[in-house]
Amino acid sequence: MTPLPVSIAAAVASFLLLVVVFELIRSRRLRERYALLWLLTGIVLLALSLWRDGLNTIAGWFGVETYPPAILGAVGALFILIVLLHYSTVISRLSDQNTILAQRLALLEQEQRESAPTGL
Amino acid sequence: MAEVAERSAPPREAVMAQLAELRRIAVVPALNEEATVGLVIDEIRRFDPGFDIVVVDDGSADRTVAVASERGAYVLRLPFNLGIGGAVQTGYRFAFERGYDVAVQIDGDGQHDPSQLPTILEPVLAGEADLCVGSRFAGGAGYRSSFTRRLGIRLFARIVSAVVRQKVTDTTSGFRAVNRKGIALFAADYPHDYPEVEATVMSVKHRLRLREVPVEMRERGGGESSITAARSIYYMTKVLLAIFVGLFRRYAVPLEEEHHR
Repeated sequence: MTPLPVSIAAAVASFLLLVVVFELIRSRRLRERYALLWLLTGIVLLALSLWRDGLNTIAGWFGVETYPPAILGAVGALFILIVLLHYSTVISRLSDQNTILAQRLALLEQEQRESAPTGL
Repeated sequence: MAEVAERSAPPREAVMAQLAELRRIAVVPALNEEATVGLVIDEIRRFDPGFDIVVVDDGSADRTVAVASERGAYVLRLPFNLGIGGAVQTGYRFAFERGYDVAVQIDGDGQHDPSQLPTILEPVLAGEADLCVGSRFAGGAGYRSSFTRRLGIRLFARIVSAVVRQKVTDTTSGFRAVNRKGIALFAADYPHDYPEVEATVMSVKHRLRLREVPVEMRERGGGESSITAARSIYYMTKVLLAIFVGLFRRYAVPLEEEHHR
């Protein structure tokens, strides 16, 4: 059985995560698009922390008899992996776009030099 | 409640006379619309040759830019796809910085009929609304669309109506007219993907006066809709989140000439 203090601590931590993410969206420091995964993480962890029987059952499926909260750590780690992978795709897109922007700027500067009467 | 105008077709002459005094522009977002964007430009000019037209090309891979340039429209070519929100905002920025008094937004795919412009312009020109949206469901004829899209449209209509405390029937319509206040707001701040829902909420929160008028829309003339079923579910979640969080934000009344540059 999961020790009660672990459940409480995990529930508080995931709730705090949700609050922080919410506040970041509200103050426009985090776009909804990038917040969804974080919110999902917080909701799943909060559910698993509060639903203690469920956590035990899930631990049972994986043969984790001695310490069910290990499942909390595993689920948390899984979500962190997903978020990181997502960020890798986001960074890749941003870097592609950055290249395009730099190229467009270079072309534009050249065009401007050609059309400027005195040249630079 | 009854914010949906139940009036008959507005007197076209009155609208045209008022328009003639104003600097006016049509913002036409286009993504791979080479088949239709030319017709849209022609139709806007047929309605009123005094309309300037700015086509915002959201990274098309076809001849959209060439077709629009040949017809003498302003063409803003985005270096890569920004999504409809970023594209539309580019058009409003252009309108804001060039000092236009009134702007209409018309999709480049031909689903919006420029001959219905008097209907959406009339409340704005009459000073009764800052933002007037053409609605498919406010009394006009039926509209065919995919199941998920229709479901989303219904759901958002309910939610948005509750949030803005005013009846809204079509939150996904991109056929609209705004005055200088609306141009300034959208130039400064415009939501991202699937933006019309949030833009509607945002406008009312910024105390712009919103009006919906019935219009009929056509089947898409060509190109491909950018929204698939799986994506619309993702967008629905995202937009619902945005609306929910938006409830907890404070909004300023936009000053006409404040901000950015």
